[in-house]
Amino acid sequence: MSTTLQKPKPVETRQNVVILFAGDSGDGIQLTGSQFTDTNALFGNDVSTFPNFPAEIRAPQGTLAGVSGYQLHFGSVEIWTPGDQCDVLVVMNAAALKANLSKLRKGGTIIANTDGFDKKNLRLAGIAEEQDPLTDRSLAEYQLHSVDVTKLTRAALEGTTLGMKEKDRCKNMFVLGFINWMYSRDNALTEGFLKKKFAKKPDVLDANMKALIAGYNYGETSETFTTRFEVKPAPMPKGTYRSITGNQGTALGLIAAAQKAKLDLFYGSYPITPASDILHELSRHKNFGVITFQAEDEIAAISSAIGASYGGALGITASSGPGIALKTEAMGLAFMLEIPLVIVNVQRGGPSTGLPTKTEQADLWQAVHGRNGEAPIPVIAASTPIDCFDMAFEAVQLALEHMTPVILLTDGYIANGSEPWRFPSSTDLPEIKPPVIASGDEGDAKRSRADLHDASGAFLPYERDERGVRPWALPGQPGLQHRIGGIEKQDRTGNISYDPANHEKMVRLRAEKVARIADRYKPIRLDSGPPEGDLLIVGWGSTYGAIRTAALQLQTEGHSVAHVHIRHMFPFNKGLGPLLKKYKKVLVPEMNSGQLRQLLRAEFLCDAQGLNKIQGMPFTSEEIRTGVLNMMKS
Amino acid sequence: MSTVNGTTPVEKIDFSSDQEVRWCPGCGDYSILKQVQTLLEQGGKKKEDVVFISGIGCSSRFPYYLDTYGLHGIHGRAPAIVSGLRSVRPELSVWMITGDGDALSIGGNHIIHLLRRNVDVNVLLFNNEIYGLTKGQYSPTSPEGAITRSTPMGSTDHPFNPLALVKGADGTFIARSMDRDPKHMREILARADAHRGTSLVEIYQNCNVFNDGAFETFTEKATKPLNTIFVEHGKPLVFANGTRGIKLNGMTPVIVDTYAGGTSLDELWIHDERDSFKASILVRLFEDPRLEGAMPRPFGVFYVNDRPTHEAKLTAQVMQAKERKGAGDLDALLKGEHTWTIG
Repeated sequence: MSTTLQKPKPVETRQNVVILFAGDSGDGIQLTGSQFTDTNALFGNDVSTFPNFPAEIRAPQGTLAGVSGYQLHFGSVEIWTPGDQCDVLVVMNAAALKANLSKLRKGGTIIANTDGFDKKNLRLAGIAEEQDPLTDRSLAEYQLHSVDVTKLTRAALEGTTLGMKEKDRCKNMFVLGFINWMYSRDNALTEGFLKKKFAKKPDVLDANMKALIAGYNYGETSETFTTRFEVKPAPMPKGTYRSITGNQGTALGLIAAAQKAKLDLFYGSYPITPASDILHELSRHKNFGVITFQAEDEIAAISSAIGASYGGALGITASSGPGIALKTEAMGLAFMLEIPLVIVNVQRGGPSTGLPTKTEQADLWQAVHGRNGEAPIPVIAASTPIDCFDMAFEAVQLALEHMTPVILLTDGYIANGSEPWRFPSSTDLPEIKPPVIASGDEGDAKRSRADLHDASGAFLPYERDERGVRPWALPGQPGLQHRIGGIEKQDRTGNISYDPANHEKMVRLRAEKVARIADRYKPIRLDSGPPEGDLLIVGWGSTYGAIRTAALQLQTEGHSVAHVHIRHMFPFNKGLGPLLKKYKKVLVPEMNSGQLRQLLRAEFLCDAQGLNKIQGMPFTSEEIRTGVLNMMKS
Repeated sequence: MSTVNGTTPVEKIDFSSDQEVRWCPGCGDYSILKQVQTLLEQGGKKKEDVVFISGIGCSSRFPYYLDTYGLHGIHGRAPAIVSGLRSVRPELSVWMITGDGDALSIGGNHIIHLLRRNVDVNVLLFNNEIYGLTKGQYSPTSPEGAITRSTPMGSTDHPFNPLALVKGADGTFIARSMDRDPKHMREILARADAHRGTSLVEIYQNCNVFNDGAFETFTEKATKPLNTIFVEHGKPLVFANGTRGIKLNGMTPVIVDTYAGGTSLDELWIHDERDSFKASILVRLFEDPRLEGAMPRPFGVFYVNDRPTHEAKLTAQVMQAKERKGAGDLDALLKGEHTWTIG
């Protein structure tokens, strides 16, 4: 048989495609998905991804609980979400089909690994043997392609030294090779990846390469597949791109900011899903003066970061909801000390342990209000994987320049999702200038010594500047010895004080300092839509892509709908109140029961309505669009 | 300024701060503060290079009374604050002030991890076997049966043996002293300060308001000789004004007479502060002195080990990464490993 005798198969062009890979959590689904993503991004498509995996590391094989998925949306147009519905569903077993069929559009394509639909797999998926979906015609409204991936992979690896189990582990490369063929992409990127990954295991490398090529050739030669597809490059702004996930973005933003502040970065952290990847990423970059400290618990994680900031480094900690709850008392201490500190909360479904691998935006109140006493801490939120970089940088900027802990909210959806990033040059990023005190000839220090001492010559650690910010005196600096703590302190001197009037003054001074941070925000800006009109969608965080997509569509359909996306959750942008008044209705979509909505109502006496989804899953843009249309009707 | 033995004494610096000391009159804390101030004044350190970190409790007010850098933290978390500070500022002299409740109850998790990591800090654990700041509840070191405000029928908890806990967590400097023996305390504190790693000194401290006399068997002239033993490296374990000693029968310590005709000093347990196994036995001399034939309570430096500090290893990794990869290039980091160009 020779492929050269065959006519090249016709190629159809598609504007955008949503493909969902699904299988057992041990099937290598995440790798297949991310490799296909990188290949498309490299080709020039815009992409957005949604990895979705079970909480158990190796849930029982073949069951619904063990299904791992990776959804990719790629296109020759702007892409803002991983897609509401799939065009193509690749399933490695019956459970994967059962769990994901509802996400496939009518008429969509199913590529099914027949070996994953044997008696055992059907039983594990809870499907009666006589109702095998591959044969009982229940999938008639879809284009079903059954491929015996296991058999074909084994055949391709005949003669290799690997055992059967190891051969079967190459199935995902067969699938990837086939999908590469189907969408007119070559295997080059993945070949490079495999060569690096298996450099020390030549037999495993050889097998994976063979499976990848076999999958590609299968597309070329198999008669079941008559058409290939092509998605042309997207009209992305000119420049050099890379792919980035939200957690990577957060880690790089933190390092970049530490570099711009000329400080070492200390990261105190306790492993927790979905924040641990920040720790993994940071620990790879010690040559940037990054110290990562895997603490004994969440409390030690934040307390060690406070100790590092006290010593003059940039102290950072991150966690997810349950861990943030444990850090609460220490946040109050950092607030009271008025010391720079960044706390990242990669939100997940709550309460308590909740849904560790699923996403939610339900920790907003915790961030804004969750401390004893009056301890306002600036809270900012990232909206996309790329925005994680920008907001992490800003969190550091606010913390260092205003001497305050800052909370950065991201969530599992954007933390694990990825998108192409036209990364900045280091020179595009501003310098960060904390209020350190000149020790001698250091000219660039913000505060001079003379105005920081009282008449008797005693140092005043809480002598504020015009923004209400205290100086950062570091151990080792002569003549600046001082004592600070969590007990209420006297204005200016920082000495313990139980004076009633002083306490009220201090509570107000600290609140005012944080409120004044809003003075530095850029003016609020609509993401899309008319400057006044029928309805304003107010979003925050990871709902950005779904809301943007819905808003643009609604505007195209002629509706008077605008979209504003809030980055500063506390204190709010001063332009937000006036903006809300320019629309007849305000709708706040959130993956919680209405936390931002209530903050807006409290702050602005605004009759904001909610569109709430609390399923551990992101909104689809269609859900937003329908929500807006319903509200317009009401 | 005169020169003695060829060394120049450092000019005496006053390390006391301008804050009024507010412990109860007669509190054992005053004695400890005095010895620490004296040590610092004689030690030649610069005020600005010394940092005191504390948690919560009576003892934790300590930092306010010294003209150094000081951070009064939150309950139990001082070890974690210290760990972060030392990670980024290994050149400073860091002291941690804590109590039996702060270190062994609410901060129990942090103290064991501080010890196993061997962060270079001098930990002064003021043990008064009571909660003082909250006015008289039993602590994790209060003896079983202790009648306190929260245990009117007596405590049902078995207490910690603090130094056995420290040994179990692989502490590298383990010592005990008492507020009523200033000279001994000063010597032990000087040794603790000289040690690189976590130096933990348990100090028996009398709370004259809520638990007066908790340690009087060990501190009063009449009972001290028979109930205490002061250990010194390389010397035999003798007590009761040299009339008694401790001998090791295999792994078991026994009290013997050292009168003429009794056990010779050579046969006694010779204290070796580098011997981990013997130190494990020494920390177990923890019997209630009221019991017939109880072992005397040891004071002094029990154990010293020179394994590297945590911050030294952290710093070495950063240096190694810089040597291997070069100092961080931010543009290369932002660029990552795979890029593509459009346009």
